[in-house]
Amino acid sequence: MQFLYAITIGPVAQIVADPGFFLEVLVGGLLSGVMYSLVALGFVLIYKASGVFNFAQGTMVLFAALTFVGLIELKLPIWLAALLTMAVMTALAFVVERLVLRPLVNQAEIILFMATIGISFVLEGLGQMLWGGDVHTLDIGLPSGPLKFGPIEINKFDLVAALAAGLLVATLAVFFQRTRIGRALRAVADDHQAALSVGISLKQIWVIVWATSGLVALVAGIMWGSNLGVQFSLTLVALKALPVLILGGLTSVPGAIVGGLIVGAVEKIGEVFWGPAMGGAIEDWLAYMLALVFLLFRPQGLFGERIIERV
Amino acid sequence: MLYREAGQFKTSYAADQAIFPILQDRIALALLLVVAYVAVPLLANEYWLSTILVPFLCYALAALGLNLLTGYAGQVSLGTGGFMAVGAFAAYKLSTAFPGLHIVLVLLAAGLIAAATGILFGIPSLRIKGLYLAVATLASQFFLIWLFNRVPWFNNYSSSGVISAPPRAVFAHVFVTGPEAQPVGKYLFALTVVILLALGAKNMVRAATGRAWMAIRDMDIAAEIMGIRPLRTKLLAFAVSSFYIGIAGALWAFVYTGSVEPLAFDIDRSFQILFMIIIGGLGSILGSFLGAAFIVLLPILLLNVPGMLGLRIDVSTVTNLQSIIFGSLIVFFLIAEPNGLARLWQIGKEKLRLWPFPY
Repeated sequence: MQFLYAITIGPVAQIVADPGFFLEVLVGGLLSGVMYSLVALGFVLIYKASGVFNFAQGTMVLFAALTFVGLIELKLPIWLAALLTMAVMTALAFVVERLVLRPLVNQAEIILFMATIGISFVLEGLGQMLWGGDVHTLDIGLPSGPLKFGPIEINKFDLVAALAAGLLVATLAVFFQRTRIGRALRAVADDHQAALSVGISLKQIWVIVWATSGLVALVAGIMWGSNLGVQFSLTLVALKALPVLILGGLTSVPGAIVGGLIVGAVEKIGEVFWGPAMGGAIEDWLAYMLALVFLLFRPQGLFGERIIERV
Repeated sequence: MLYREAGQFKTSYAADQAIFPILQDRIALALLLVVAYVAVPLLANEYWLSTILVPFLCYALAALGLNLLTGYAGQVSLGTGGFMAVGAFAAYKLSTAFPGLHIVLVLLAAGLIAAATGILFGIPSLRIKGLYLAVATLASQFFLIWLFNRVPWFNNYSSSGVISAPPRAVFAHVFVTGPEAQPVGKYLFALTVVILLALGAKNMVRAATGRAWMAIRDMDIAAEIMGIRPLRTKLLAFAVSSFYIGIAGALWAFVYTGSVEPLAFDIDRSFQILFMIIIGGLGSILGSFLGAAFIVLLPILLLNVPGMLGLRIDVSTVTNLQSIIFGSLIVFFLIAEPNGLARLWQIGKEKLRLWPFPY
């Protein structure tokens, strides 16, 4: 009885009693969801253009952040470090395309997925061998500290992260809608064969999307890194991005963003209000359960392409 | 020349339906069994038995279970670790709650409990497939591990959260779990369990059950039209697969490590076993064993090679190098032979048939 109360009426009563606190948790959740969105965005970019479910996205975040931190620790100015890291990620895109994607063209989805797991192993080892396995602190002078908005209090840092993410998404949207390459990318995402037949080079497009998601990984890595320190656990973020993709749909950029926000918010609210009754740390699996329930009712996600086939 | 089945005529239905229709295969298998049951216990030292062979057997059994689900029935699962944990904790709870229960019955019951859990988490497979299903099974992985970590009832309220296998004997005084068990006894016990279950799996996949799974895997709509019930077939695949994986988890906890915490069955374990079946070969019983051997032996090999070459490298570099080489090898294998080691074996057999006159 007591347990039932603690997971049904208790939390609701708590929310009603102190809506300000609820709002604060909600905003905090949404802001941390921005991070999930960023990682999920990298997944979606690659999946749309090449049909590869890139498991290495999380490791790319770690790798980009490690490289960035490593360069800064070599006393390089921030802009140069960012530029160099970008160059490294682009080089990585070339290598991946040449050594992994090209030989595996036309293989089953699961084989490509496994190949990206292989890539993530390589990147993990390489990153830690080059820059060491310790936790690096990353401080690029982002503001932090609480900021008051009426009754609720939010962290300045989260706000900056959200703004950066918004800026990135806006840039990507312009890139996709307004440029020649963006049009080619959308064409490839629509239909590989049709794109090939009008003279779009698939190989080139793959390099571009991998480099772009490398950029997204860098931004995500800087954000996560300045918040939590650059460390191995960054790769785990990739796993959290999977339910985000399910919620948003594998092929939708807005879906990735909305999905990330939903997952972030649900996770925080669940943890704060329902967690204590269930022994805590329920955010480990809450997102997956949410995705599971969601899949049963809407397999294509919020914005994904409708899957006609059903069995 | 040696490996040629010309002249081996089948004169009865039983001979025609034998698992190993070729005489040479039967001889090779008998030899392998003799080696596994007689030569290995006599020759292998304790290190080999308890840190390489027993974990290999546990891995092989888990890979076999996952291969039934993913390779034969086509349902991708990333929840292997979770189901192994179910098997391990179910075996622990059963053997501590009913001290008189025989270890074999404990294993079977643990397998059945894992099977029931598998059915529960297999329900989403009725609506989704492929990568979506993989994510759905991640839910089971994280939820189950959380459950065993957080609910103290599962580890009998031990403060560390670690479960230790109570001593149990197969026959009188032949202990296979607990501190008194000898490595040889553990090895032989695990070997017998794995061989019997592998035999069962081999027969299952060549009978109606396995054909139904493969039909669902290859094209579910066509299978449904032919009268295969997707609901039953898919859930059966989840049940049987989880049964195997559950027993593998119980063996892991009881026979291999002796004491285990939920973290031993985390997401990395699931990926590791998925690797085994991809590298070994999807939809192949032999492939599960080859893949398990590859994944178990490769890190040990990589760890020892620098020492053998007389190079001095510090440990962290070795682990990093290991992960680089491991990753590259996976990519290399996928490019060179996407159908896995089992396919290489098949090609080898074809070549052997023609050797030494390839025309």
